[in-house]
Amino acid sequence: MRDRLLLPLLLAVAVAVPWVAEAFGTPATVGLATRIAIYAIAAASLNLVLGFGGLVSFGHAAYFGLGGYTVGILWEHFRLGEPFLGIIPGSADLLVTFPSALLVGGLAAAAIGALSLRTSGVQFIMITLAFAQMVYFLFVSLAVYGGDDGLMIRRTNAFLGLNLRDPATMYWLSLGVLVVWLWLLGRIVRSRFGRVVEGVRQSERRMAAIGISTYPYKLAAFTISGMGCAAAGALWANYARFVSPDMMHWTKSGELMIMVILGGMGTLLGPVLGSAALVGLEYLLSGLTEHWQFVLGPILVLIVLFARKGLISLLPARGRLRHG
Amino acid sequence: MAEPVLALQGLHKRFGGVVATDDLNLEVRPGEIHALIGPNGAGKTTVIGQICGEITPDSGRILFAGADITALSFAERVRRGLARTFQIVQLLDDDTTLENVALAVQAAQGHSFRFWTDARLDRRRTDRARALLGEVGLPQERWRVRASDLSHGERKQLELAIALARNPKLLLLDEPMAGLGAAESLRMTEVLRGLKGRIPMLLVEHDMDAVFALADRVSVLVSGRCIASGLPEAIRADPVVREAYLAEEEA
Repeated sequence: MRDRLLLPLLLAVAVAVPWVAEAFGTPATVGLATRIAIYAIAAASLNLVLGFGGLVSFGHAAYFGLGGYTVGILWEHFRLGEPFLGIIPGSADLLVTFPSALLVGGLAAAAIGALSLRTSGVQFIMITLAFAQMVYFLFVSLAVYGGDDGLMIRRTNAFLGLNLRDPATMYWLSLGVLVVWLWLLGRIVRSRFGRVVEGVRQSERRMAAIGISTYPYKLAAFTISGMGCAAAGALWANYARFVSPDMMHWTKSGELMIMVILGGMGTLLGPVLGSAALVGLEYLLSGLTEHWQFVLGPILVLIVLFARKGLISLLPARGRLRHG
Repeated sequence: MAEPVLALQGLHKRFGGVVATDDLNLEVRPGEIHALIGPNGAGKTTVIGQICGEITPDSGRILFAGADITALSFAERVRRGLARTFQIVQLLDDDTTLENVALAVQAAQGHSFRFWTDARLDRRRTDRARALLGEVGLPQERWRVRASDLSHGERKQLELAIALARNPKLLLLDEPMAGLGAAESLRMTEVLRGLKGRIPMLLVEHDMDAVFALADRVSVLVSGRCIASGLPEAIRADPVVREAYLAEEEA
């Protein structure tokens, strides 16, 4: 019974963050919580292929960046008043830019996945990394959109009359997207489709022996996962009011992987814990010392050593939402 | 005579300098259990691999249910009604016994691009899975156990239940008795006898008691070649076979 209360309790605490921050006079906490929520969306998306499907993609930052750039580029064309490629008008409305980001991320993931998923194992890791670096260098060289320096978004997107410039509003929006996304992912992994994805991780040979050609399922999972990362990127662009190629750098792909592994692969809440741990530690340690990465490393090693199945294994069983 | 369910025609396969399958012709007729025996390294598992599509033959044809399936993938062959078990059991170890079978049932019911409903609560998957588990004799108290926690014999039974999920037109059994104790081996023989007549089988097996208890026809493979094929009694009496194989086994 106590376990059953865990989720609503966590959610209540998460919703209350802006008020608590105000009461304690630490407004920066709201921004920190927003970053955690946004990275949690991206990590949970990566987890669909990495944790549930066993497909080690080392290039998911590409979709995070593409989602961000979709918002950034649409804003730029809105500002300049000239359509993108002469046909697509710019926009500064989240109701337009958010679905656009999902579309762009999904298309990119479908294309890259279609090629990468013809390989497996180490080859798959390297090819997803290579594709992501290609996208990274493409944006580094795109001088129109700021190249290396990135792109400023001077005004956050309009969204149903809400002011996304207000940190609390931005946070609640990110949290809302996270909750809806986790709920959807929860349905997906429990569905017939999800059962096949989990089968892929466990034994490709067994899947063939029951008559399932796994490629289309892997591609669908990869595409959904890319869309989730793009959603996170679109929120990030509104949160930071800035996008740059750094969003797609391979180290960012690595960070997303660390969040998934740290929190607990193949669990629904694991990536959220992983995001909280990594973003939170970075924030705390960088406030204490300039050489914070020197301290972060050993802490991550300790967590992995003492919680082999990730931070989620420290929670009571029902909160883990793991199958089986 | 009725058309064979499976026909191998002039199958060849070499791995480097080793000839694994040498001009093999073999048939499985409707309703029969055809046993393929031979000493270790005779190429029996390579034959199974080529029939199911995991290994591509260098030349020759594989006809299944009247169609040439030589170019099809493993999964496509399974969808056409081929089913196999593995010498080393292949299961989804993190899933329960019931879920292993339920996924096979799900696969038999068409595509799995269904994202919304909870698959585990779907009676269309589990009802049939329960029936199959009953058929191979796995007791109900083992259905909720993770596949990795089952005994070796239970894992073999589970794999058979999975193979039956599609009502296969042919069952390829790669050493179903391997590693089983005497009692388990007897139980497996009984289960297979229960399926006899309904599903034709190609049985690769070292356990001669099981082979002679089940098989309608026996073929003997030595160094990739079929050196004899016939009724069990004839094979048992064949001096060439005795010299090449049975004598060695009995000694």
